[in-house]
Parts: sequence; C-alpha cells; structure tokens
Amino acid sequence: MEKQLVRKIARLARLALTPEQEDLATTQLSNTLKWIEQLQAVNTDGVEPLASVADIHLPLRKDVVNDGNCAEAVLANAPEQAQGYFVVPKVVE
Amino acid sequence: MASLVEGKTGSWEVVIGMEVHAQITAHSKLFSGASAAFGGEPNAHVSLVDAAMPGMLPVLNEFCVEQAIRTGLGLNAQVNETSVFERKNYFYPDLPQGYQISQFQHPIVGKGEIEIDLPDGSVKTIGITRLHLEQDAGKSIHDQHPTKSYVDLNRSGCALMEIVSEPDIRSADEACAYWAKLRMILRYLGTCDGNMEEGSMRADVNVSVRKPGAPLGTRCEIKNVNSIKAVQMAVDYEVQRQIEIIEGGGKIDQETRLWDPAKGATRSMRSKEEAHDYRYFPDPDLLPLHVGADWIANIKQTLPELPDQKKHRFMEDYGLNAYDSSVLIAERERADFFESGAKGRDAKLVANWILNELLGLLNKDGKDLSSSPVTAAQIGGLIDLITDNTISGKIAKDVFAQMYASGKDAAAIVETQGLRQVTDTAAIEKIIDEVLAENPDNVAAYRSGKDKLFGFFVGQVMKKMGGKANPSAVNDILKSKLGRS
Amino acid sequence: MTNLTHLTIDAARAGLKKKEFSAVELTQAHLSAMEKGRKLNAYIVETPELALQQAKQSDAKYAAGSPGPLEGIPLGIKDLFCTKGVQTTAASKILEGFIPPYESTVTAQLFRDGAVMLGKTNLDEFAMGSSNTTSAFGNVINPWKRKGDKTDLVPGGSSGGSVAAVAGRIAMGATATDTGGSIRQPAAFTGIAGIKPTYGRCSRWGIVAFASSLDQAGPVARTVKDCAHLLKSMCGHDPKDSTSANMPVPDFVGALKPDVKGLKIGIPKEYRMDGMPAEIEKLWQQGIDWLKAAGAETVEVSLPHTKYALPTYYIIAPAEASSNLARYDGVRYGLRVPDDNLIAQYEKTRAAGFGAEVRRRILVGTYVLSSGYYDAYYIKAQKLRRLIVQDFLSAYEKVDALLTPTAPSAAFAIGENEDDPIKMYLNDVFTVTANIAGLPGLSVPVGLDAQGLPLGLQVLGKAWDEQTVLNIGAALEEAAGFKAMPEGL
Ligand SMILES: [Mg+2]
Ligand SMILES: [Zn+2]
Repeated sequence: MEKQLVRKIARLARLALTPEQEDLATTQLSNTLKWIEQLQAVNTDGVEPLASVADIHLPLRKDVVNDGNCAEAVLANAPEQAQGYFVVPKVVE
Repeated sequence: MASLVEGKTGSWEVVIGMEVHAQITAHSKLFSGASAAFGGEPNAHVSLVDAAMPGMLPVLNEFCVEQAIRTGLGLNAQVNETSVFERKNYFYPDLPQGYQISQFQHPIVGKGEIEIDLPDGSVKTIGITRLHLEQDAGKSIHDQHPTKSYVDLNRSGCALMEIVSEPDIRSADEACAYWAKLRMILRYLGTCDGNMEEGSMRADVNVSVRKPGAPLGTRCEIKNVNSIKAVQMAVDYEVQRQIEIIEGGGKIDQETRLWDPAKGATRSMRSKEEAHDYRYFPDPDLLPLHVGADWIANIKQTLPELPDQKKHRFMEDYGLNAYDSSVLIAERERADFFESGAKGRDAKLVANWILNELLGLLNKDGKDLSSSPVTAAQIGGLIDLITDNTISGKIAKDVFAQMYASGKDAAAIVETQGLRQVTDTAAIEKIIDEVLAENPDNVAAYRSGKDKLFGFFVGQVMKKMGGKANPSAVNDILKSKLGRS
Repeated sequence: MTNLTHLTIDAARAGLKKKEFSAVELTQAHLSAMEKGRKLNAYIVETPELALQQAKQSDAKYAAGSPGPLEGIPLGIKDLFCTKGVQTTAASKILEGFIPPYESTVTAQLFRDGAVMLGKTNLDEFAMGSSNTTSAFGNVINPWKRKGDKTDLVPGGSSGGSVAAVAGRIAMGATATDTGGSIRQPAAFTGIAGIKPTYGRCSRWGIVAFASSLDQAGPVARTVKDCAHLLKSMCGHDPKDSTSANMPVPDFVGALKPDVKGLKIGIPKEYRMDGMPAEIEKLWQQGIDWLKAAGAETVEVSLPHTKYALPTYYIIAPAEASSNLARYDGVRYGLRVPDDNLIAQYEKTRAAGFGAEVRRRILVGTYVLSSGYYDAYYIKAQKLRRLIVQDFLSAYEKVDALLTPTAPSAAFAIGENEDDPIKMYLNDVFTVTANIAGLPGLSVPVGLDAQGLPLGLQVLGKAWDEQTVLNIGAALEEAAGFKAMPEGL
C-alpha cells in the first residue's frame, strides 16, 4: 500500500488526513488488506455474489404525495441556512 | 447518408451518442412520498428521506417503474424482469445522501431502437443502449450571495429515466432529430412531459470525430444541452473545436465539457472530473426489482399508437403526404384533433384547414391546441358547409376568421350574416347576362382569343353577388354563355 | 418494598398491574440509580423529565385499566435510534447536537406499548467497535470487575452503554443493534441476555445506518423472557423499510418454554478455534451437557467457511458504511468545520467529526469499492457471503439450532487489544456469521470465569425461528441458574 493510494482514497472519501494519520492509515490499511487477502484462497468460481439475505421481493409504493411540506423540520438542524435554503461555500463550476 | 464535415485535411465523420435524462411524469418522487411537482417554495417538496436524514430509507414508487417499462416498450426495447438499484457515490451539496441511487450493471430496460426523421425526408434507425431509473439531484443556486451557494432539494429524489443511445448519430441534424423524436415518443407515452424550460429533458452529448473508416476518435461528453437549438449549436461547436485541435497537431482529451448557452461554446469541467471514481455497488437498502412478465404484458396492452405507426396510418388511411402526416402527428393532441375533425369528411381538406389556417393562427397567438377557440367539431362543421356548397372556399376563410375570434359555429355565422352561397342557376344567369351586357368590348376580345379575360368576368359576377355565388356554377354558365370551351 | 431496579421486566409488569408500586416510582428508582451509576458512562443523554412524564401517563393507563404490554417499563435507548426531540449522536462528534424531528419505528413501537425512556445509551461511534472505546462521549465502564482487581473493563460493543445500563441496574432493558455481534458480545461481557432477530424482523427506519445489509435491532435484558417481552414490541413489518419482512410477529412471551426435548442442536466444529481459553471450551461443553440432559440431541455439524466470515464481514461492512456515512457532510445537519472551499470544508468536517476507527473503516470501505479493486474485494466477499449462507442452510437441514460460545474471551481491560485492529476484530469471530447470513442469534449468560467475569453462550437459529432460539436460551438459563451480579449492587 503506497501513501499515494491512501491519499487518493482519503480524497474520494473526503477525509483530510494529517501526515501522521496518513502514515498510520497506510500501515493499517495494508495490514487489513493483507488479512483480507486470505479470501483469495477460496475457489468461488461459479458462485453468484449475494448482496442481501432478505428473501423478499422489493416492495413498491403507490404514487401518492403523502410526505414533504416540512421545510422547517428539514432545515431545523442546518449549520447554515438563509431564505429557506441550505447554505454552503460558493461552488464554482 | 452521413454528412461529412470538411476540414483542412479533408473530410471528417462525426460520431455522436446521447444520454438523455427525462423526468418521469409522476405525482411523488422515486423513493419518497414528497411531491415531484415543479417549483414550490425552497425545500418544500422535500421529505426527511430526500434530505438524507440519518436512518431514512428509500421505498420505490410503483408508478415510476411502470412508466419506465412503458417507455422501454415505446422504444421497442427489451424490458428486464430483474434489475438492480446501485449507489453512485460522490460528494456534492445538492446530493444529500452522498450517493445517487441509480441502476448500473442491471438496468430495467436494455437494447431498443427508434426511427428518426431527417430534414431531407429520409428515415434512420438509432439504437438505444439502455434505459435506467435514477434519482435527480437538488439544485444549487449561485447568484444569491457573493461567496455562498444556496441549496434547494425540491428536485432531489425526483424520478429520472436516463436513456442512452448507441453512437449511431452522425451529424448535428441527426442529433436534433433524435432529440425531437425521443421527446415526441415520451410525450405520446405520457411518461415525460418534455418540458425543456422546467428541465424535464436534459441531454449529455458524447461527440467525437474521425476520418471516414478510421477507428473511433476520443470523445468528449458535453453536459447541460437542454434544447434542440442547444443540441445543434453545441455539436457544431464541439465538432469544429475537435477538428481544429487534431488538424493543428493536437490530441483530444477525454473529458466532460459544459455547454455554455450564453457564450455559445463548450468549456472543460476538469475541476469536476478530478478523481472521479463512483464506486457503484448494489444499494443494500433496496432489493433487486422484479417485474413480472404479466405486468409488462399489461402495460403493453395499454400502449398508445406511437408516432411512427400513426404517421404511416395517416398516409395510408387518409391519403396524406408524408410531410403533412408528420406535422399532424408531432403532438398526440394534434393528431387526435385532426382525426376527430376528419371523421366522415374529406380528410385532406380537414388536414389543410388545420395545418394552413388553425395552426397558423394559434402559433401567431402563442397558443396551443388545448386552448384553441375552434374545436375539431367546429372545423368539421365549416368543412361540411364547403363540401355541400353552402359556402365557397373564399367565404369559408372569412367565416373561419370569425369562428376563431368568437368561438361560434360556422353554420350560425353563415346564417346570421346571410353568407349562404347562391346556387340558384337562374339568379346567377341573370347577373351574368347583366355583366356581359355591360362589357361588350371585353366579350368581343375574349371571343377573339383573349382567354385571360375569363377571370375578369368571374370577378365581376362575384362582385355583383357579394361573393356568395357558387364558383363552379358561375364558371359553367359563363363558359356556355361566352360560347367557348 | 423490594429494590425496584433489581426486578425483571416480567416481575415489574406484574407489580405494576397489581399496583404494588407505580410507574413513577419505578422510573424514579431508576433515575436515582442512574445518578449513582454515572461512573459507568452508560448514557450520553439522560432524559429524566421525559421519563417521568411518560411514567405518569403509564400510571394513568394502569388506572384506566388499559396498560400496554410494556407500560411503565424504564428502558435505555441506544443512541443510534433517532428519537424525536432528543439529541441523537451515534456517539459521534459529527452528529453532536442533532435533534431528530422524527422517531425511529422501533422506539415508536416501544413507546406505543408504554415503555419509558430513561435516556440515550452510549455506544461505539456509529456502532463500529467491540469494546465501546470509540465513542466520542467517552468509554463505557463494565459494571463487572475482575476478582480483587479494580481495573476498569470494557463492556463490549458496540451496544456497550445499553448492556452496562442493564447489568448495572440503571435500566430494566435496552434497545441495541447488532451488525457483527454488537448485541450478543456485549451481553456476554456483562452477564445479561441479548437477541439479534432475523434480518428484516425489526425495521431499520430511523436507526442511524452502519452497514445496511447486516444491521438489525434487538433487545438486551437480564433474562431471556425479558428479551422476549421487548422483542415482541420491537418487531413488525414497516412499509418504510424496503427490507422489512411482511411476516406476523409470534407471541414470543406466550410461547416461551424452557423445553428442548427432541430438538437437534448442532455443534459447529469450526468454532473450536486454536487458542480459545479453556474456560470457554469448558463452558461450551457444559452447555452441550445441559441441553442433552434436558432432552435435546446434540450433533456435530460443519460450517466450512467459518474462518472466512470475519474477513468477509470486514469488506462488506466498511464498504456499506463508507457509503452510508457520506451523508455526514456538514451541509444539512451536524458538525461543520467551515472553509471557503467546499471540498476543504467537507474534508475538514469529516476529519474532525469522525473518530479514528470510523475513519479507518471509511478508508477500507472506499478502497474495496474503488475501481480496480471492486471485484477482488467486494464481489469476492459477496461470493463468500453466499457460501457462508449455504453452510448454514445445509447445517439446518440436519439440526434445529446451533450452540456456540458468544465471544472468544471474557471482558478485557480498557486499552487492551487496541494496538492492533485485527486483534480487536476477533471479538466478533463467533457472532458475525449470523449477520452475514441474516440469522437470529441469542447470547445467554451461563457462568463466570476464574476471574469472576461473566461468560455467555450463543444460540443461533433458522431464519424467522426466534422462538426456538429463545426456548433453547430459556432452557440454558434455567440449567445454568446464573444469578451473579456485579459487585456493589
Ligand atoms: Mg450520464
Ligand atoms: Zn444519469
């Protein structure tokens, strides 16, 4: 595991790491991955991946408006808001 | 035939594939019960699910699934009985969950195709790669504050269909025709209102160029292309840009570009591109979606006649030409209007009146058929008066203008204003005799070969009769009285 | 009057019904005990006013003769359950101050049935941990100590606050959640019972998500019967959770009987791990003997992929978590560390808001899902998941349930096992399989080790067969006659 890769992953995950945290993460990640590597020993040819054990069909909802109209609740915990909007530092495209 | 673009080094072939995001016509959102209506106070159409509050979970909207299936069938596509929702992970302030629920490896609709109508009258088939269901994001507003962006989640979670074409499109014209045809089909199906001002249809256009016969060139994805005009301009701009770069010895970077309608140019969005890795994986909050063959078959039964079928039927059943047919079927409502007016009547005549008179006036007033002051039955009534010779075509135009202004029936206008056409041959003969007697010189001139004078006599008769004489009776009697055939 | 905080839920219901004491008295007794028990750090937030108000309403219900099944029973609520109007943090700084405007389905059902909330119990941050040492609100202290040793021990995790409160007699029962063993392992560490039901039994709506395909809520309490009381209220179909099963909830209490006659109990041979403490091995054998004596047949079975369960879990859980925790971005709620640049704001907010273990798991999860590694890790783990499920299905063709130890050790000291995350992960080695396969699992306290610390046995059952699991648990409970209590209570 290279530090470069850890940096890329941290960036994807939007986590600022200090240089010390980066070092630690590099070691810990490579140890964890080494440990996980043992799965490669299992022959899984022809095995279908299983995402969920829930043995039911995806339930469907009727197309009815029965929620929303609760801007106050939606905004109640916002760190910053104005005129009914959430506010963030300017995003430049 | 694909239109090639000339550069300094010869001809270039343009290769285009389109990804169209169409908002599904539904009352509520794809995974929540909040309203999917356009507009509203900021964050009013937002549930706790749409705002991605901790512990909130998605529940799929059945009608949105039905709409996707209906659209798939309308695109002559394979509907997949099993599809899977996956998470597309990235951070953006208008993406509250930090991921978009979309479909990736297993979309609900697979391969299909549609026919597009090109300006030269030819038809081309464009392949559809897939259609998948996904959530819309919210909206960031950048012009309310100098250093802040404001986020409104009203659109967050609205249902979208992403319809991906094969790279079969070869010119800006074809791209426009594809967009127009797709919009028409969606509107026929009632699965998307196609309202571009409200962003109901948005396209990402993938453009590359190559020398004819060469392998595919590097493509750029142009985002934010949201109208026919924008499709045309963005493709033209991008093709020129790419050709200039390659001919200048450069090389195209595969990148995402943004269409800027104000500048009429595309520009790089490399900032957004940076380190994208969406880490798709099946959404563990949603199990695989199974749609039974029965459900698909039931939806198929309720499918309306689609634009191409209708066009061909109009040509065959009503004897209309391809152009008139394609104008009439452009909107389902227009086609219905025509058909209800044409029932039991001279269909070509009805088509002419709608295309040449009614649509012209409506267009001038910025109205559409739904707000037309003249109904299909009323147009039919007017045409009945023409075909049974109650009024002439010329009078009919005046009557129609009054119908449009007042909303009254043609028969009532003709009656109250005494516009009924005179078909009484004795009365016409009497007037013709008067006209011939008053113009002996012209009679002589005509008889000696000045054919053009025939129109003069017709005009004189009509004038005396206030335009109400039956024109063919006037013709017949004049010809026999003037003694030349 | 008896010491009200020492009653079981079952006994308290009877006492309340007979008006031997009021719900307010019962709640008051717990509120006083909570004050004395603050050194355990079991609660992040105490809600005495709410508790007394609810207790008053309960008394009115008793007076009116219409009490709910849990009327007036004071509970701790794991701070992973969103509670309307009461701060919910998942023990993370990133959610400090977050007041949900909604109530989780499970807590709503408990309150519907008359339960009283004493407060929000501490846990490992975002339920990620096995020792309750990752909470942003401090470690939870196990009420148990080693004989003649004052060293503070961990209560297990992640539901450390819930189990410490119940074992320490500052809650009669508590809600908990279990993603890899977070109900069962801490129950075993504190000498109480806890059951993780079948995946889909309890609604996940309103519970802060850790790993959605593994998370399941369940109760912890001092007896199997008390667990049955709580489980009955917590379960049920919820149309707001697409993975919630539309199945009737059995009368777990009414059908509870410590009867194992004729049952076939599997003993998975792969759970005999190298280096397992002899005392645990001995206790496991003891459990087998008790069940045999009670008329069950025990059979050795094989779950060949057991040793791969832990690494499989440590791919799937962080992968789902990395995505589930993306919503904590400082935009709509929770902590924000402001910056002029949005990306910098995200990165600073999340770095400051998440603790070390959560950050570690987010990184692992992001890595295993990232392009180029997805197939090798995530898809591989999903394939192993199927093989592990198949192991259980074939075992359950031969047996009705399985008996295993709950954890490979008794409670350890705070700070132990912390140098190496993988060593810490081994705590879950016997419990994760049930999460991977979605099966019900119960931990029952059955004895003490030589140092006087409680040990538990785990009963694993077939999907939707919590009743058999509870019945076997009740039989073990009866045979073990476990009555020990932490010192000083
Ligand atoms: Mg796209
Ligand atoms: Zn899309």
